[in-house]
Amino acid sequence: MSSAVLRMPWLAYQKIFNKTIASQTRLLSSVNAVKKDDVQTITTVDKSDVEFFSNQMNHWWELDGPLKALHSMNLIRIPFVRDGLVQCSPAERNLSPLRDKKILDVGCGGGILSEGLARLGATVTGIDASKDLIAVAEAHKVLDPRIENNKPTYYNITIEDHISKYSNYYDAVVASEVIEHVNNQELFVKSCVQALKPGGRIFFTTPNRTRLSQLLVIYLAENVLKLLEKGSHQYEKFITPNELTFLLERNNCHVESVYGILYHFLANSWEFVRAQSLMYAMQAVKLN
Amino acid sequence: MILNTQKFLLKNLKNTRKLLNIRLLSTVGDEKYKGNYDVIIAGGGMVGCTLACAMAKNPLLSSLKVLLLEGSPDKKFELKPEYSNRVVALSQNTKLLMSSINVWQHVENMRLQPVRHMQVWDACSDAMISFSSSEILDDDVAYIVENDVLLHAVNTELNKTNNKNLDIVYGAKIDSYKLPTSTDRELKSLVKLANGDAYSCQLLIGADGANSAVRRAMGVQYVSWNYKQMGVVATLHLAEETENTTAWQRWLPTGPVALLPLDSKRSSLVWSTWEENAKELLKLPEEQFVDALNDALWKQYPRSSAVDACMSWVGGCLRGAGLADGAARQLPPSVRGIAPASRAAFPLGFGHSTRYVAPGVALVGDAAHRVHPLAGQGVNLGFGDIKELTELLADTVYTGFDITHPDWMRRYESERQKHNVPTQLAIEALHRLYTVDFPPVVLLRSIGVQVTNALQPIKKFVMAHAAT
Repeated sequence: MSSAVLRMPWLAYQKIFNKTIASQTRLLSSVNAVKKDDVQTITTVDKSDVEFFSNQMNHWWELDGPLKALHSMNLIRIPFVRDGLVQCSPAERNLSPLRDKKILDVGCGGGILSEGLARLGATVTGIDASKDLIAVAEAHKVLDPRIENNKPTYYNITIEDHISKYSNYYDAVVASEVIEHVNNQELFVKSCVQALKPGGRIFFTTPNRTRLSQLLVIYLAENVLKLLEKGSHQYEKFITPNELTFLLERNNCHVESVYGILYHFLANSWEFVRAQSLMYAMQAVKLN
Repeated sequence: MILNTQKFLLKNLKNTRKLLNIRLLSTVGDEKYKGNYDVIIAGGGMVGCTLACAMAKNPLLSSLKVLLLEGSPDKKFELKPEYSNRVVALSQNTKLLMSSINVWQHVENMRLQPVRHMQVWDACSDAMISFSSSEILDDDVAYIVENDVLLHAVNTELNKTNNKNLDIVYGAKIDSYKLPTSTDRELKSLVKLANGDAYSCQLLIGADGANSAVRRAMGVQYVSWNYKQMGVVATLHLAEETENTTAWQRWLPTGPVALLPLDSKRSSLVWSTWEENAKELLKLPEEQFVDALNDALWKQYPRSSAVDACMSWVGGCLRGAGLADGAARQLPPSVRGIAPASRAAFPLGFGHSTRYVAPGVALVGDAAHRVHPLAGQGVNLGFGDIKELTELLADTVYTGFDITHPDWMRRYESERQKHNVPTQLAIEALHRLYTVDFPPVVLLRSIGVQVTNALQPIKKFVMAHAAT
């Protein structure tokens, strides 16, 4: 652990920061943090987050339920992944632009994004650490007649275990709203990249770690607007675009684009913007 | 946890069964049920047919099953030497849309007249404004095309696509629409025809004109009023043969009289005036009608000397600043006669639907908005709707979403209202400003027109807005 801290000064910063917060506020959580540290070296899974989202399984596919923002987010993240993988003029477009593309949806949850990508013809594999959510995804994939012949494959497995079989395998890896929920982001990025073929692309969407995102994504969204369940995010686990770029480049990836993301909560719609201080989307290509 | 999962699975299974039931009911319930479509376009006028054509030509939308319902019978079109009395002025943007779906070449193969110059002047003062091709990179200001020529051009291209997914029902008299409510999004729109045939669809598009039955079924608020005016139309024979690429419009206290060029010797008339006056004009013998028209174009109206004095002072100031003072003007043509039996009149009104969309339903063209013909914008707004709608729908399909996804519909409504409503209000303002001859108002509008004419940037802005 200490070597990781040395190599990555921001991690050290995060650790110190975590501890100050913890010591100032809750003793309990600092105990949790120590426990998490113990398992950090071997897994990216944050048990409390997995449990947290598993508890929402019954509402996962309600379009106007507690996860409605995740549903409407498909409006920008599907074009983000699609256009990152396939670029063609309007005249050449077809209904299955992602045909023959093998895509890994890391932290697929109930399969909201996996099914969306499968509708565009992609061969989607979804993995999630939560057994319950994989069950939700499995149950839901038979409901949409449009993916009747192209259902995603779901596994209840972690990314670091998945790559033991599927290394250098995928055309694209998507981790949408996931990296802020994992432990050991370094191992997480490394494993995601390992699942990619050389030349394959990796897509992230995640909140930035700024005071603004702490105020809006955590405080306002969870407590005031009630867009997210309380405890959906922890500020300390947010990662900045610079940090993520650093992790990707260390893993032989070249970052191709970064966009800011804005959520209009009244209209429940999303938009790519210039400012990245709230949330961002990052696309990188794995070099040979 | 496992118990939970099982419960969840069970619930989902029940939902699926419910879905299946609905589908079964809708197929068995009605004896004359004729089938389900992805999209039903209600109304096969210029806007409805263009939408069907644009969808058939779009690689992402051509696989959608579309039904076009047209109320009138399928008429065989032939291009007659005499012009039709119903014409439209198409903007550059409409031309772009028509070119992109290969319709424009058919219009060019039949006939159209480019407008390269436009002159609008006031009967109550010396105010004049002119728009010319030279001000917009030598592009034509507009194109005058007969309604049935345009419709035929669209239908020609539509037939050429030979799209097996498109069905057309002519002579379709609508009995009723049953639209899905916002709570049950799975339900489909049902269209019943007077002959008992019934169709269902996911997306219903109302292209059924100002008196839209689809709009009434939506139950949206519709802001409308009648102008108590009528547009008298006719095909005119001009006294002299000219190049005739100028559109003329004179503002009379009763409303604008406009001459739109058709060819070197003929123009089309749109004369907006009060209802009683319009009816009298229709009854007049042809020679007297021509006299009345020439009067409308040439007669001196009583003027306020104060307005004239102010106008010449403003003109002097503009000249002093090196700008156009609006004194240089072309003289309108004289009318020699009208084509026999080409006179007709249609009522004029304003209409604005506060919503263009509802779950699974969208309005286009006159069904959503109706304007006074004084700016020749009505149908161009409708074609703008088509362009926006097909682009957004194609984008939605390309992202893998359902064609009834609320997001594209919301964007369609807001984008179009952002353009249509200001245009409608501007036209409305012009109408109100010009149907009075109270000297202060005349003065105000005259100075406004004179200054606008002198200031190129404002003029270009007006032209650019009218072109989109």
